[in-house]
Amino acid sequence: MLTVIMEHLEELVAVLLFAIGFTTLLLNRNIIKKIIGFNIMDTAIYLFLTSVGYIEGRTAPILVDGITDASHYINPIPSGLVLTGIVVSVSVSALMLSLTVRLYRRYHTLNIDHITMLMKGEDD
Amino acid sequence: MHMQFVQNVPFFSIMLCMICGIVSAMLPSRVAKWVTVALGGIVAALNLWLTFFLAGYGQSYVYLMGHFPAPWGNEIRAGILESVLAVCFSVILMLSMLGGMSKFEEQVHHGKQNLVCVMLDLVLAAMMAMLYTNDLFTGYVFIEIMTLAACALIMSRQNGRTLVSAIRYMIMSLLGSGLTLLGITMTYNVTGHLLMENIQETFAKLHATGQYQLPITVIVGLFFVGLGIKSALYPFHTWLPDAYGYSTPTASAVLSSIISKAYIFLLIKIFYRVIGIQIVMENQVLTLAFAFGIVGMMMGSIDAIFSHDLRRMVAFSSVAQIGYIYAGLGLGVHVGYAAAIFHMVMHAFAKSALFMSASALADASGNSKRFSDLRGAGFRHPAAGVCFTIASMSLVGVPVLGGFVAKMYLSDAAITAGGARMWIMLAALAVSTLLNVLYLMKTVVTLYRPAREGFSAPAVKRSWRTEIALWGFVAANVLVGLLADPLMQAIRSGLVMFD
Repeated sequence: MLTVIMEHLEELVAVLLFAIGFTTLLLNRNIIKKIIGFNIMDTAIYLFLTSVGYIEGRTAPILVDGITDASHYINPIPSGLVLTGIVVSVSVSALMLSLTVRLYRRYHTLNIDHITMLMKGEDD
Repeated sequence: MHMQFVQNVPFFSIMLCMICGIVSAMLPSRVAKWVTVALGGIVAALNLWLTFFLAGYGQSYVYLMGHFPAPWGNEIRAGILESVLAVCFSVILMLSMLGGMSKFEEQVHHGKQNLVCVMLDLVLAAMMAMLYTNDLFTGYVFIEIMTLAACALIMSRQNGRTLVSAIRYMIMSLLGSGLTLLGITMTYNVTGHLLMENIQETFAKLHATGQYQLPITVIVGLFFVGLGIKSALYPFHTWLPDAYGYSTPTASAVLSSIISKAYIFLLIKIFYRVIGIQIVMENQVLTLAFAFGIVGMMMGSIDAIFSHDLRRMVAFSSVAQIGYIYAGLGLGVHVGYAAAIFHMVMHAFAKSALFMSASALADASGNSKRFSDLRGAGFRHPAAGVCFTIASMSLVGVPVLGGFVAKMYLSDAAITAGGARMWIMLAALAVSTLLNVLYLMKTVVTLYRPAREGFSAPAVKRSWRTEIALWGFVAANVLVGLLADPLMQAIRSGLVMFD
């Protein structure tokens, strides 16, 4: 059991972080904390991807000293996916934060339940 | 076979949408609006050309993006199902933009109209990319592009309701994207590939040897729940009524007809092309899809009956229709998938027509959303009245129209599936049709009753663009019914090409 845990430590941590981020995004009522939760969730996936993409003892696939043997290098695709994922989550966070600014200016609170209540009182 | 020029159409469609989006950001809004309308028309025409080519060609083809062949490069793949859907969705975008243009000018902040056009162009770009891509991660990137564009579209008309529903949409959507991304990551870990064919091959091998059974189930579940949340499947639809009910008519039509359908199509594509439909059909996750779908069919209609506002009613009816589609997928038979895709096309045309005509009818009744003020609106705005009636009749399932054919194929699929699912599906279809009649036909009758006493109808500003679009929607809805056979044929052969 312990050896399984030690062998897959990164993956376990990643799953734990994903769960923390997911529940924060779903259940926390504060919008800013929701955004933080979203970022934790995405970071967990990046950790997961990088940890399986990295093989101990190998290096990034850049030719140095003329070594062309593939077993010397790691697969660059997981790292590429992480980079793409980071770009996506940065833009999503920016949009969420700007929405939050809008909402705060209008309702002067960050609690989504209060905001919904205030909104319903607005026009009914 | 030698590459023909027409085979460039998928790539051109995606690039054209992107370029129009970039250019529209700098154009004055009166030009940008027409660029979007023209874009819808051009993409539809291009894809129609491709459809005729593929009908003759008889199989799908792969188009290399860049110079690296599989398993390294990125690919586009086109079959007849994708091209037919591309035609349908770009026509809907064109008509929605044209029909909603006068309201758009009224409701969207003046300096930002061209930016909303950028979002519409991006929605079409993402739609085309999701239809045609052969790479799982490219699919994910365009899921996110579509989510961001959808969020901006919800907010295109700024009021409290749309702001709050935009943030609720984003929260729900991000949960869905997170799960989908995890699904993609796990798929990559298990198979080591991102191109759909390579993944499917590996999954088939693993399935044959019985390895990785649990991870594969988890992957199917992640894709289903992730994309189900994003397409507003029943318990995840809370953001939907406000978003559809209070934004501009163009945004509501595009959100309900194009954006939610894109995720469903991607899910079907993942089931067929990534995981392999045989593995999916043996999986218990489909039972979940079936259950959610059936509950959605009922609850959406019940919510629609109790809503006091025309556009919210139409929005809740979307929840019910999405339920039909998922129930069709959950039947676990090939005909169920074909029926679900047909239902998706039918609903896309009917729902955009309903949103467009509902907004025109509300206008002709002094912008009141109360049902009693809508009495006689069908006479005050004839085009909108006809459009609403035809689309409602289609959704209810009056013969000849698309909805009837869709329900027939769904019942046929239910009978093919047999067992308990058959009885549940048939009963649910019967009950939900009755519920549909209750709220949709009641509204149609209201539209043609004499106006309430003491109600003075406001002068209607007729816009020729809206009139054209409304008649266009009428024609499209009738055509879906009349052309049901060739359409179903294309869907069936498209699904065969998927394997």
